[in-house]
Amino acid sequence: MTWNKARRKTVNVFMLALTGLCTVFAAGTLVYILGYLFVHGASSLSWNFFTKLPAPVGEAGGGMANAILGSAKLLLLASCVGVPIGFLGGVYLAEFGGSGFSSAVRYTTDLLNGVPSIVMGIFAYALIVVPQKHFSTFAGGLALGVIMLPIAIRSSEEFLRNVPLALREGAMALGASKSKAIFTVVIPAAKAGIITGIMLNLARVAGETAPLLFTAFGNRFWSPGWNQPTAALPEMIFRYSISAYDDWHQQAWSAGFVLLVLVLGVNIVARLILANKAHVAR
Amino acid sequence: MSAPATTIDAPPEGRARSLWKRLRDGDEIAHTVTFLCAFAVIAVTALLVFELYRNSEPSRLKFGWSFLWTKTWDPVAGKFGALPFIYGTIVTSALAMIIAIPLGVGAAIFLAELAPPGISSALTFLIELLAAVPSVIIGFLGFFVLLPALLRAEPYIRSALGWTPLFSGPFYGVSFFTAGVVLSVMIVPFIISISREVILSVPSDQREAALALGATRWESTWDVVVPFARKGIVGSIFLALARSLGETMAVTMVIGNDPKISASLFAPGYSIAAVIANEFAEATGDLYQGALIELGLVLFALTIIINGAARILVVSTTRKGTSQ
Repeated sequence: MTWNKARRKTVNVFMLALTGLCTVFAAGTLVYILGYLFVHGASSLSWNFFTKLPAPVGEAGGGMANAILGSAKLLLLASCVGVPIGFLGGVYLAEFGGSGFSSAVRYTTDLLNGVPSIVMGIFAYALIVVPQKHFSTFAGGLALGVIMLPIAIRSSEEFLRNVPLALREGAMALGASKSKAIFTVVIPAAKAGIITGIMLNLARVAGETAPLLFTAFGNRFWSPGWNQPTAALPEMIFRYSISAYDDWHQQAWSAGFVLLVLVLGVNIVARLILANKAHVAR
Repeated sequence: MSAPATTIDAPPEGRARSLWKRLRDGDEIAHTVTFLCAFAVIAVTALLVFELYRNSEPSRLKFGWSFLWTKTWDPVAGKFGALPFIYGTIVTSALAMIIAIPLGVGAAIFLAELAPPGISSALTFLIELLAAVPSVIIGFLGFFVLLPALLRAEPYIRSALGWTPLFSGPFYGVSFFTAGVVLSVMIVPFIISISREVILSVPSDQREAALALGATRWESTWDVVVPFARKGIVGSIFLALARSLGETMAVTMVIGNDPKISASLFAPGYSIAAVIANEFAEATGDLYQGALIELGLVLFALTIIINGAARILVVSTTRKGTSQ
C-alpha cells in the first residue's frame, strides 16, 4: 500500500515536471530564434539597407529599399481585397445571418483558411498572370488578399458579436433602423477590436513568401509599376538565403531581422490591446 | 382625453409598406451588400476549385489517376508522377507530428492545469508569438542553425538509432529528417494554444471529483481531464497536421529538393509544396505546368479533408478554435 502510494507520488512529480519541461522547450525555441536573429541581423543592419537598391553580385553593401516598398504595395493591395469583403461579410454573419447559409459561410471560411498559401498563389496565377502573360504586383496582392479573407471575416464577426445586445436595443428603441444601429452604434463600439484584427491579419500575410514566388515574382530593381513584377521582403529573404554568396546571406539576416521585428511588434501591440479590452469588458 | 395617436402611422398594407420603409432606411441595401460579401467567400472557394481543376487538365488527361502513383518526375522527357512528392509530404509531416504531439500536449497540460495563471498567460503569449514567426524565417534559421547542429549530432543519432534502416546512408544535412524537425517547430504552437483552450474548458468539478477520490494531480489530469478534452485535442492535432502538409518555405529550404523515394530519413527528398514553389515560375509548356497545378489540387484536397475533420472535432468540444 505505501509502496503503491510512493510510486503514484513519484509518477505524479515526474510527469508534472515533464510537462513543465515541454513548455520550457517550446518557449525556449522562440527566445532562441529571437536571440539568434537579433545577434546576426541587427549587427549587419545599416541605414543603407532601408535606402539602397540591392548591390550586384560581388559588390558589398546595397540594401533592400525596393523590397520594402514592394511589400508595402502588396500589403496595400491585399487590404483592398481582403479587408472590405471580409469586414462586410463579418457584419452579415454577426448581424443579419440566418442559420443555414451562415453556417455554410462559416464552414467554407474555415476550410479556406486551411488552404495552403501556395495554392492561393496558383489561384492568383491562373486568374491574373495567365491572361496577362506576365508577373505583376496585382497578382501578388490578389493572392495575399484572398489569404486575408477568411481571418478578416471571422475576426470581424467575433468582435461584432462581443458588442452587448443592449446597445443595439437602445439604438433601435430611439428609433434607429437596423442598419443605422449597426453602422452608427455597433460598429463604432467594436472598432478597436476590428482594427486590431486587421493589423494581426496584415502581420500574418506580410511574412507570406510562397504565393509571391510566381505572382509578384521578385525584382532586382525598383518595380516600374503596379502591373509589373516587384520584390518583397520575405521573397528576398528566400532568394538571398538559398544563394551561394556570403554577402547575400548577411543581407538575408538583416532582412529577416527587420521582418521579424515588424511582425512580432505588431503582434505584441495588438495582443496587448486585445488583452486590455477583454480585461475591461469583464 | 385625446385618443392615443398610435394608429396614425400604422402601415396600410403591411408587407409592401414595410419593404419600402426598410429600403428607405437602408436595411435592405445593407443586408444585400453584406450578404454579397459573405457569399463572396463561397464564390472564391468554388472558383479556386474550378481554376485548379481546369488548369490541371493537360496533366489529368495525359496521366489520369496513375499520376498519383508514378515515381518518375522528368520535365525534360515530359514524364510526371506525383509519388515522390506525396511520399515526402507525408513522411515529413508524420515525423513532425511524432515530435510535436507529445511536446505540444505536454506543454498544453502544464499551461492549463499546473502553471499559475500569471505565468501561464505569459508563456502562452510567448508561444503564440512563435506561431506568428514567418515560415521563411524559420526555414532560414533551419538552414543556417539547425542543419549544422544536426550534422554535428549525426554520429550520436547514428550510434543510437543507426541499426534501423531509417537512419542509414550518407547524411548531407538536407533531408526528410531536417524538414520534419523544422516543421515540428512550426506546428507546436498550434497544438499548444488550441489544446490549452480545450483543456481549460473542461468543467472544474471533473477535476475536483477525481481529487476528492484521492487521485494525485497527475492522475486527475491524465485519467479524467485529458479524456474529457480528447476530441478537442485530436482536433488541434489535425489542424496542425493540415498546416504541416501545406507548409512550403521552411521545407523547401531544408529538404534537399530531390524527387526520390528513400527509406532513410537522412536522405534528401522533396515535398508537394516545395516542388510547386521551386519549379512553378520556370515551368514551360502546358503539360509541365498542368502537372504542377495538379499537385496543387492534390495538396488542396488533402488539407481540405483533414481540416474538415479537424473543425468538426474542435467545434464539437469548444466554440473557440474555429477562427484560428
